[in-house]
Amino acid sequence: MKRRLLLLIPLAIFAILAVFLYQGLSLNPSARDSALLAREFPAFQLSTLEDPDATVDESLLTGQVTLVNVWGEWCPTCKQEMPQLLELAERGVRLVGVDYKDTRAKGQAFLEEFGNPFEVNVFDPEGSLGFDLGVYGAPETFLVDAEGIIRYHHTGYITPEDVERTILPEVKKWRSE
Amino acid sequence: MAQRMIWARLAKVALLALSLLVAGAVTAAIEVRQFDDPVLQQRYDSLAASLRCPKCANQAIGDSDSPIAGDMRERVALLLEEGRSDREIQDYMIDRFGEYVLYNPRLTDRTWLLWGLPAALVVLGAVVIALIVRARRNASNRALSAEERQRLEALINRERTR
Repeated sequence: MKRRLLLLIPLAIFAILAVFLYQGLSLNPSARDSALLAREFPAFQLSTLEDPDATVDESLLTGQVTLVNVWGEWCPTCKQEMPQLLELAERGVRLVGVDYKDTRAKGQAFLEEFGNPFEVNVFDPEGSLGFDLGVYGAPETFLVDAEGIIRYHHTGYITPEDVERTILPEVKKWRSE
Repeated sequence: MAQRMIWARLAKVALLALSLLVAGAVTAAIEVRQFDDPVLQQRYDSLAASLRCPKCANQAIGDSDSPIAGDMRERVALLLEEGRSDREIQDYMIDRFGEYVLYNPRLTDRTWLLWGLPAALVVLGAVVIALIVRARRNASNRALSAEERQRLEALINRERTR
């Protein structure tokens, strides 16, 4: 009888493995937490898209909860994302853009065509700020709290559902902290 | 007939070799950083092969032509020239892109299971084999019981008297 039970061990191992692997099926392999969560927004010193002579740094992001959106004229999903960003701005969220690996003329033309929800746009033609943020594609969005700490990270484009389901609740949560 | 088959097989092998060569040439199209110092060159090559591109599905930054892989290679070269150690360069990338960039995850309290499980399974297998071998040996060495000896003798006698 005891020996018989031993024969069930492989079946048990198989069942445990099957549960794990089945869970793996519904995971998104490209979804990873940003390495910068709960850390300070990286230091930078760059000009703005609007004005080559105006310099901004990380102090731009302290004082209130801010949504930092990394975009570029070359990025097709960024265009699809603009209506959602405009809605967020309309609903009182402070947005700062990072124009990533772009030219000034193209970036400005993009905002003229698709609207400008950003209070200010940091111009990052070399992608140096993007690199320090661990950005590996646009669009990416970071939520920065009033102390300048990164609290939430969204890879890829923000869908209309994401606005209601994740972005606005996160903004609300970190405003009340 | 047999000769023809051999030729066909040779042609297949040659084709495979050719396609491998071409594949090599394609990956070589990625800009390769050259250092005057062979030690730096060797460290650069091994870092480029051991850091994973965050954008691509399972490619090292040295194998990928995605823009972020290019940026990372450039940064690795820059940091090497600044005199940073391999460990520092890995930390620099982890700081930005997370542990994901290491193809060889470090042994930490989060990864001990990953590293320990294969070794534990090998040990477990050895223990099971040892137990089985011992059980078998004991079984064959066991002396016969009185009843078994009687049966054996009866069988032998039956053979003899036949």
